[in-house]
Parts: sequence; structure tokens; C-alpha cells
Amino acid sequence: MSPSNFIFGLFFLSTVAIAAEPEVARQKELVHLVRQDCGSCHGMTLKGGLGPALLPETLRDKPAEGLAATIYYGRPGTPMPPWKAFLSEAEAAWIVDKLMTEFPE
Amino acid sequence: MRLLLIACFALLLNACTGPQLRGTGDLGLIIERASGHVTLVNTTARQPYARIGGLGDLSHASAVYSRDGRYAFIFGRDGGLTKIDLLEAKIVKRIIQSGNAIGGSISQDGRIVVAQNYTPGGIKAFDSETLELLSEVPAEFAPGQFSKVVGLADTAGNKFAYALFDGGEIRVTDFSNPRQPTTQKFPAGKQPYDGLVTPDGRYYLAGLFGEDGVAMLDLWQPEKGARKILENYGRGEEKLPVFKMPHLRGWSVAQGKAYLPAIGRHEVLIVDVATWQEVGRIPVRGQPVFVMARPDGRQIWVNFAFPDNGKVDVIDTLAGRVTHRMEPGKAILHMEFAPRGEHVWLSARDDNKVLIYNTENFAKLGEIPAESPSGIFFTSRAVRTGF
Repeated sequence: MSPSNFIFGLFFLSTVAIAAEPEVARQKELVHLVRQDCGSCHGMTLKGGLGPALLPETLRDKPAEGLAATIYYGRPGTPMPPWKAFLSEAEAAWIVDKLMTEFPE
Repeated sequence: MRLLLIACFALLLNACTGPQLRGTGDLGLIIERASGHVTLVNTTARQPYARIGGLGDLSHASAVYSRDGRYAFIFGRDGGLTKIDLLEAKIVKRIIQSGNAIGGSISQDGRIVVAQNYTPGGIKAFDSETLELLSEVPAEFAPGQFSKVVGLADTAGNKFAYALFDGGEIRVTDFSNPRQPTTQKFPAGKQPYDGLVTPDGRYYLAGLFGEDGVAMLDLWQPEKGARKILENYGRGEEKLPVFKMPHLRGWSVAQGKAYLPAIGRHEVLIVDVATWQEVGRIPVRGQPVFVMARPDGRQIWVNFAFPDNGKVDVIDTLAGRVTHRMEPGKAILHMEFAPRGEHVWLSARDDNKVLIYNTENFAKLGEIPAESPSGIFFTSRAVRTGF
């Protein structure tokens, strides 16, 4: 990713996060996805497993845009896969926002 | 004579009113991951008979059995270790042994239960009678650095083999003196993600995530060190994303061949156990998670990672290909065979039930309600190495 693309990405992710909150039904699907499927590595309670914990206190010092990009694009060299086939960038940003505050049950 | 008859009758009555005697060979349990419950089941009646709560975070929980098949030891994600009496259907003892755990194992002689931990990384040994801590072995692979432990398996002589995800090692810890264990270390490869021991207890295999291949240690000749098999099975091809780590638990050795999940490829790899050479690969409908042999080795059942986790493929080992494909339910997380394999139980997490199928004609025999079911564990595991 070139620097200009990256900056655009940051801008894109942060604006859509504010602009578009997923529909309620979709929110439920995303919560289920995070708890059950992300949970297979990060733990259903998000306290970590083979992957790191995803609790507000562990994410606090990390930039939200970078976390959303990790969900969307994955992180090469680690087991974290890209989830872009299953959610939009806006949805990734919404998940990060929820993870950093309080993730719904 | 009449007196004798009366005495017999009295005995019969006693047998009816006293505690009912029964064995445990056809019992088992279902982990209900989201609610901290286990449902106890009877595999002859194919029905649940009790439900026990209060087991904490059971996501990724697993269970092993005492030698007599009466007690289950359940390892929870939150570090909980719970001993359950299957006959009295109650918790006997429960401890929190670590912060973040991933499973456990029981020794050959049944006296030691060992838990494998992510945080703090290492293994801990407990007295299976009392759950008293006997010793712990930190998974320190560099000064001050501790690895997550994966793939713990019981082997002969109260030794346990396991792998270090962050440390890239296979280790064998000998608990024959349980309070003073000794550990051997073997370099294995990048990011071992799980391990298994072959049915005879001779070979320990650790699947590698960070590179193509499987590390193999001959436990009869550990001095030869771990070597790599199935090296470069991807041959530089780009890997498909892996949305759930495969599991190597459960025997996938059948008819002299090991069936193993490929990483980042929708294939099951076949290895000849005599030569440890790849002898084939079978295309399947997703990233395999469990590749499990029916106890007689005629079939291999394969389930898949998200998003293909509603599918199950059945490989006929004689034909060498998938001969049955099914979509039994939503999010099939685990499979467990009846002790001799005539039935298989599948947990359908997102359908909140466990499904029971005949493995010969694939007819559905029934289902059992369970809340977000994951692992299914029958007492037949008590007598099998590596279970």
C-alpha cells in the first residue's frame, strides 16, 4: 500500500465508521461472527487464545484504523486472515469501535 | 426351598430399590460452549440423561476420561479444570489452574492429568484423584519468553509430548516422577499449531502453520530428533486464507496411512506411515478442521473452517476419494464416533443441537438439543492413547 493510499484508507475507514452504522439485524450477525468465529482464535470472551486478546484495555493504545485494516486485509506473516469477503470496511470499523468500548453479547 | 426363594426375591427387590449399578462404556458428554454447561449423554439410548452447569468459559473446551470411564476432566478456556462424575452426574472438584488454557491430557496410568496453557505458557500436572498441583513446566523458549503450548498428547511411560507455537519446538516431558519432571526439547519448525500421537504411541506429529509441512518425532528413538515430513506440499502456491486452525486431535491414522489437513489448501493429505512419504491428496470442500477416522479406518470424516462449516465430507479409504457429501446443519464444530463407529454424533453449533447419523447408510437417527454445542467426548476415549 502506498502512503497516499494508506492515508486515503484511513480517511475512508474513519468517515464510513461515523457515517454508516450497520442495520440492527446485520449488527447481530457481526456480533455472532466475532464471538463465534473470531472467537476460535481470540476466545469467545475475547480474552485471547492463539490470537491476542481483543478487550478494550488491550486495544486502547492501538489506532482504530490500523485495527480495522487488520480485520479487513489480514496480517501477513501471522495466522490472521483477511475477512474482506465477509464484511465491508465500514463493518470492520464498526467492529473495532465496539471492541474498543464494550463488545455486545 | 421356600425360604431360599424368599431370600432371592428379597435380593431382587433390593437390587431394584438400591442404587442402580451400571457401567460407563456407553456414556459421554457434550460441551455447551456458550453457557458453561455440559450435557451428559447415553450413546445406547442416544439420549441426554443430565445437564451440569457452572463450568465457566467452555469455548474450545475439551475432555479426557479416567481409566474407569467414570470421571471426565474438562479443560476450559478460562483455565478451569473440572472433574465430573458421570454416574452421579455432578461436579466432584473444580479448580482454576491458569489464565488461559487450551486443553489437556491424562497419563498412561491414569494418575496424572496435565493441562496445557497459553497464559502463562506451559503445562501443569495434577493428581487425577484430588486435582492437587504436582508440578509445572513453563514453556520458556528464550530467556523470559514463554510460548503458548499446543498439541499436548499422552505417550507411553507417563510422558507427554507437546509443541510450542511461539517457540517452534516439540517437547517431551517425563512425569514418571510427577513432582520432578524432566523435559527434552527438539527444534520443530515455524508455528506448530497442534499435534497428535499415532495410535501405537510411537510417533508424535506437529502440524506447522508458519511453513508447509509437519514435524515428526519418533518417540521410540527421540535421540534422532524431529524431522520434517510433507515439506513444501504447497510448492510455493499462494495459500488460501485459514479462518480456523485445523485440529490434529483425534486419530486420523487408518489402514497404515495418516490423513492430515492441509493448511491453506482445500485438501486432505495422505501419508504412508511406514515411509512417511506423501502418497496422495484428496480435494475437499473447504479448509479441513477435523480429519477423523472412523474407529475401523474405513471412513475419514472431514469438517471445515468458516465459511464452509456447514459441510461434512466423508472419504472412503478403500476408494481413496470423497464418496459422501452432506450439509447436516449450521456450524458443524466437532464429530465423535460411537465406540465401534456405527454412529457419528455431529455438533451443529448454530442450530443448537447435536445430530446423530448412521455411518453406513448416512441416515439421520436423531438429534439432541444443546446450547451452542462444540466438543463431544465419549468414554471410549478412556482406553485410547492420544485421546
